[in-house]
Amino acid sequence: MTDAHNNDAHGGELAVAEPIPDPGLPEHQWRPTDVDPAKEKRAERQVATLFGLSALSTIAFLVAYFTLDIGDNWHVIGGFGASTMALGVFLGLALLCIGVGVIHWARKLMADHELVELRHPARSSDEDREVAVQAITDGITESGIGRRPLIRNSLLGAVGLLGLPAVVLLRDLGPLPGKKLYHTIWGSGTKDAPMRIVRDGIWTPILASDLEIGDLVNCQPDALHNPERYDIDPSEVEGVNLQIHKSKASLILLRMDPNDIKPGKDANGESRANWTVDGIVAYSKICTHVGCPISLNERTTHHLLCPCHQSTFDLADSGKVVFGPAGRPLPQLPITVDDEGYLVAQSDFDEPVGPSFWERDYYER
Amino acid sequence: MRLLNRSAGRLSRHRRGPIAGLLVLVCGLLLTGGLYAALAPAQADSDQDEAALIKEGRELFLVGCAFCHGQNGEGVLTQGGSQYGPALTDVGAAAVDFQVGTGRMPMAQPGAQAPRKEVVYTEEEIAALSAYVASLGTGPAIPDKELYSTEGMSEKEIDELVVRGGQIFLANCTACHNFEGSGGAMPRGGYAPKIRGVDPKHIYEAMLTGPQSMDTFSDGNIPPEDKKAVIAYLNELDEAPSYSGFTLGSLGPVSEGIIAWVFGVGLLVGFAVWIAAHTTRSSKKKDEAAA
Amino acid sequence: MSVDVNPDISKVATTNGTTPATPKGGKAAGAIATWADERLGLGTALKKNIRKVFPDHWSFMLGEIALWSFVVVLLTGVFLTLWFDPSMTEVQYDGAYDPLRGVHMSSAYASALDISFDVRGGLLMRQMHHWGAMIFIASMMIHMLRVYLTGAFRKPRELNWIIGCLLLLLGTIEGFTGYSLPDDLLSGTGVRAADGFMKASPVIGSYMSFFLFGGEFPGDAIIPRFYAMHILLIPGLLLALVAAHMLLLVYHKHTQWPGPGRTEQNVVGYPMLPVYAAKAGGFFFIVFGVIAVMGGLFSINAVWKYGPYDPSKVTAGSQPDWYMGWPDGLLRIIPPWETHIWGITLSWNVMIPILVMPPLMLMILMALPFIESWITGDKREHHLLQRPRNAPTRTAIMAALMTFYGLSWAAGGNDIIAIKLHLSINQITYFLRAAVFIGPVIAFIITRRWCISLQRHDEERLLHGYESGVLVRSPEGGYAEKHLPLPEAKAYTLTARDDDPTPETPEEIEASGATGRGLRLRRLRARLATVFFADNVRKPTAEELHEAQHHAEHELHELEAQIAAGPNRHGPAEH
Repeated sequence: MTDAHNNDAHGGELAVAEPIPDPGLPEHQWRPTDVDPAKEKRAERQVATLFGLSALSTIAFLVAYFTLDIGDNWHVIGGFGASTMALGVFLGLALLCIGVGVIHWARKLMADHELVELRHPARSSDEDREVAVQAITDGITESGIGRRPLIRNSLLGAVGLLGLPAVVLLRDLGPLPGKKLYHTIWGSGTKDAPMRIVRDGIWTPILASDLEIGDLVNCQPDALHNPERYDIDPSEVEGVNLQIHKSKASLILLRMDPNDIKPGKDANGESRANWTVDGIVAYSKICTHVGCPISLNERTTHHLLCPCHQSTFDLADSGKVVFGPAGRPLPQLPITVDDEGYLVAQSDFDEPVGPSFWERDYYER
Repeated sequence: MRLLNRSAGRLSRHRRGPIAGLLVLVCGLLLTGGLYAALAPAQADSDQDEAALIKEGRELFLVGCAFCHGQNGEGVLTQGGSQYGPALTDVGAAAVDFQVGTGRMPMAQPGAQAPRKEVVYTEEEIAALSAYVASLGTGPAIPDKELYSTEGMSEKEIDELVVRGGQIFLANCTACHNFEGSGGAMPRGGYAPKIRGVDPKHIYEAMLTGPQSMDTFSDGNIPPEDKKAVIAYLNELDEAPSYSGFTLGSLGPVSEGIIAWVFGVGLLVGFAVWIAAHTTRSSKKKDEAAA
Repeated sequence: MSVDVNPDISKVATTNGTTPATPKGGKAAGAIATWADERLGLGTALKKNIRKVFPDHWSFMLGEIALWSFVVVLLTGVFLTLWFDPSMTEVQYDGAYDPLRGVHMSSAYASALDISFDVRGGLLMRQMHHWGAMIFIASMMIHMLRVYLTGAFRKPRELNWIIGCLLLLLGTIEGFTGYSLPDDLLSGTGVRAADGFMKASPVIGSYMSFFLFGGEFPGDAIIPRFYAMHILLIPGLLLALVAAHMLLLVYHKHTQWPGPGRTEQNVVGYPMLPVYAAKAGGFFFIVFGVIAVMGGLFSINAVWKYGPYDPSKVTAGSQPDWYMGWPDGLLRIIPPWETHIWGITLSWNVMIPILVMPPLMLMILMALPFIESWITGDKREHHLLQRPRNAPTRTAIMAALMTFYGLSWAAGGNDIIAIKLHLSINQITYFLRAAVFIGPVIAFIITRRWCISLQRHDEERLLHGYESGVLVRSPEGGYAEKHLPLPEAKAYTLTARDDDPTPETPEEIEASGATGRGLRLRRLRARLATVFFADNVRKPTAEELHEAQHHAEHELHELEAQIAAGPNRHGPAEH
C-alpha cells in the first residue's frame, strides 16, 4: 500500500515517487508532406482544389437563387422543391469545402511541433491577496459604513424597497382570472334560444337522427357562428375571442348504444340519466390534464385517448379516467333537443373545463 | 472465441465463388415463383348479374369468411363470450369493399388490429362478397365515383375544395392519423394507420363505415361534399412536391430529433475525430535548419 | 521511436512570445497595427495569447460544436427577423401556399408561411435555424458529458461547470420560445400544455397563466412576448454566459490528457496561430456547412402542414422538440395523482414532472462537482484529465442519470414507439413507470463494475505486457500467449494519475474532536468516500512493476526458447 495520506486537512501534493518516470515529450516525427516536396505540393494542390470547389459552389448557389423559382410556381426536381435543396446543398458545400480545406492545410502543411506552455495557479499570489484585502478594507473603513449602522440599515431598507416597483410594474401584464375559467359560452343559451350544437368547420346544426351509432362528431357552440341569435356582440366571437372560446367550448358528440351507458351522477349527486339523447353523449373536447383537444376515440370501447400524454377517458362512464396521467374525469355537457329536433345544450358544464388549477374547487354552481 | 471454423470446408470454399450462395437462393426463388404463376388455379372471370353475384359471394364467403364471421354472417363468440368475429349483417357493401379491398380481410392471425396487407381476392370476387354481405341486412353501399373523385372539376373549384378539406381534416382526422396522415397510436396496441397513397374510394368507405376501432363519420356527421373535400386534400398532399426536402416519415419532432442526433451530431463528431486525429508520419528525417 | 531522457527545457515557453512582435507583411499592415496599438495597447494583449497553446483531442471539440452552432443560429436568426411578424392579429392568408388560401390565421403564422414560400432561401434559413438549434443543445449535452466523465469540472473549473449548466437551461428555453413563434398547430399545442403547467402551480397558477398570456388562453400577447424573450433577453444572457465561459477557459487554460511530457503544471499542444485558429476556424465552416446541408435536404417543422394554431385541433404524435422530451415523458408516465382538500386542487401529476423534476435535475447537475469534492476531500487543482474507468463511481453516477434521462426521453415518444414497434402504448407506459426507477440502479451497478474491470485490465497490461497474438504450445500440451511489454510512453500514460486519497478512519475522526452534527457529517463523508473509491485498482509501485517486468521477461525468454526449439523455429518467431 502506498504511504499516501492525502487528508483533506492537508490538500498538498502527493509525495510519492511515480512508478514510471516521465519519458518527456516524444521526439518529433515528420510528416510525408514535410520531407517530400512532391507530397507537399500535392497537399497544397488539394487544399487549393477544395477552396476552388467552394468558390464554384458559391457561384452555383447564386445561380440557383436567381433561376429556381418558388412562390406560385415552384421548380420541382424529383418530387422535391428545387430551390431549398439546391441552395442548401450548394451553400453547405461551399462552407464545407473551405472548412475541410483549412483543416487539411493545418494537418498536412502547417508546422505541427508541439509546444509546451507553463500553467499558472488559478489563485492570485499571497502578496496580491494581501494588497487587495488591504485596499478593500481601506475603502470600507473610509466609507465608514461599519461604524454607521443607521446609514447601513436605512440604505438596505431603501434599496430593498426598490425591488417592489420592478414587480408592481408587471401588474398590468394581464387581468385577474376572476370567474372566467369557470364559465364557457355554452351557458349563453336562453329558454327561447338554447345553445345549438354545430359541426366544427361546417357550422350546421345537428339532428339526433343524423347520427348513427359509432359517429363521433367534432362540434362547437352555435354562438361562434351565429352570435346574434344568442344576443352576443359579433366582435365577442371574432379574432382572439374566437380562439379563447374555442379553447374552452370545443365539444365532442358520440353516439353509442344506449344500453352501454353507465348511469352517472352530477356534482350534486343527481342522476345524469337525462344528460343524453338516445345514446348520444356530449363531452368537453378539452383534456383535463393540460388542455390538449381530444378526439381519438376507440369506437369499440368508447375510450377517448388524448394524443398529448395518453390520458384515456371512458365516455360511457361519465368520462372517468381509465388510463394515463389525467386527474379528473372529462366534463360532460347535458344535452337535449330543441323544438326543431336539433341537439342543444341544456346549460353550461357543471364544472370548469380544461386543466386543473389551485382554486378550481372553490367554485360552486 | 472463433465463431467460424475457417479451416473446415476450405477446399469446397475455394471451389465455389463468393456469390454462389446468393445465386442459388435467387434461382430457388425464381423457380418457386414461376411454378406458382404457371400452375396456380385460374381466376374466375365473368360478368354476372346480381343474383349470380350474390351466389358467388356466398360461395366465397363460406370458404374464406364464415369461420370467423359465421355461416350467415351472424358473428361468432368465443367460449368466454367475447367477440371472435363480429356480425356482418348491417355493415354494408362499403365495409366489405374496404376491408377486403385493402387486404385487411381475411385476417391472417388474431391480434389487436388487422393490418393492411396484400389483397387476396380479385376485384370481381370483392364485388361478389360485397353484394352478398349487403344482402344480409342494411348498411352503406359502395360509393359512386363522383362522391370521391374531383374529375371534371375546374382547378379553382378543386383549390377551394382542398382548402376546405384541409380544415376538416385537421378538425376530425389528424388527432388519430397525424397531420400528414402518417398514422398514430391507439390504446392497447391498436393504431390509426397511414392513410397516404390510399385509393380515394377506400378513404371514403373508411370514413363512412368506421373500420375496426375507427369512429364512423356517416353522412350525417361529415356530409358527402366534405368527405370529398378531405379526399381532395389528401390527394393534394400526395401530389405536392416536398418543398422542404426529405420528410423523414413525417412523424414530427421524434424523427427530427433522431436525425439531429444521429446525422447532425454524429457527422460533426466524426469530423472532430478527423480534425484531431494523428496524421501520417514518415520515418524520414528533415534538416531542422531548412524547416 | 527513441525517447529523450534529458528533455531540452530551453524550449519550454514561459510566455508565448517566441515570434517577434512586429508582423511581417509589409508597411501597410505595420501602419494599421501601429495605429491600433497606439490606442488599444494590443501588443500586450496579443503577445500572450496569439501563440497560446491548446491541446489537441477530438473530445475537446464538442464544446466547439456548441459554440459554432450557436453562431450559425444567431446568423440565421437575424435573417428570419427581417421577415417574421411577431403578431397574433388575425389575417386571411393570401400567399403562395394554395391549400391555406383564405384561411384565418395569426399574422405570425402567415409571416412564417411567407418566409417559407415567398422568400427565396427563406425556407432554407428556417430549417438551418431549427437544425442548428437542435445541434446546439445536443452538443452542449455531449460536451457536458465529456467534461463530467473526464473530471474536467474539478477545481478550478467548478464555476465554468455551473455556467455550462445554465447555458444548457437557457438553450432549452430559447429553443422552446423559438419554435413556438410560428404559432402553428404543433407548437401551439405545446404552448397550451405550458399553460396547463402554469395553471397547475400552487396558489398563483391561474394568475401566472393570465399574466403571461395577457388574459385567458390563448390571448394575443404570448407570441410577441416570446419573441422579445427569444431575440433579446435570452440571447443576451446566452452571449454573456458564453463570453464568461470562454474567458474562464482562456484563464484556466484547457485541460489535457495525461501522457509523456504532460504534467499538471504545463499545457502541451499547438499554438493558437496558426494551427488552432485554423482547426477551430475550419471547424466553424464545417459546422456551418453541415447545418446548411441539413437545412437544404431534411424537412423540419413543415408548419404549412400543421396549419395555424386552433385550440380545437390537434395532431397525433404531438411532442415537444427532443430536448424537452424527458419532462414530457415523465408527464406521460406519472400516475393520475391529484389531491382535492379544503377546496384546493393539488395536481401532483403535473407538478412533479414539470415543476419539481427539471429544477431538481438541474440542481443535481450543478451540485455534482461540489458533492464529489466534499466526498473525496480533494482540494487540489486538476488539469490532467481522468479516464472514465479510473473514477468508477463518478462514471456510474452519470450512467445512472443518463439512464433516467434516456428512459424519460423514450417515454416522451411512447406513441411513436408504439406504432413503429407494434407495441401497446399502455404496456410501454407501465414498463417505463418501473424502469425509470430500476433502470438507473442497474446502470449504476453495471457501469461501476465495468469500470473496475477495465482498471484491472489496465493493471494486467502494465504488469504483464500486452497480448501479442503469438500462441505457443509447450511440449506438455499447454498453450501460452506471448506477452510483450508496453511501450514506455503507453505505460507512463497508464500510471500518470493520482492515487485516490484515503478516507478518514474512525480513529482520526475521534481524534479530531468534532461533535454533534459535525461529527455525524464527517462520519458520513468517510463512509461515502470509502464507497466512492471502493475496489479502485491502485497504481503499481516501482518495485511491483520491476518485479513484474522481471517475471515477464523470464516468461518471454522461456517462450522464445520454446519457439526456437519447436517446429516453427524457422517461421515467424519475432514480433
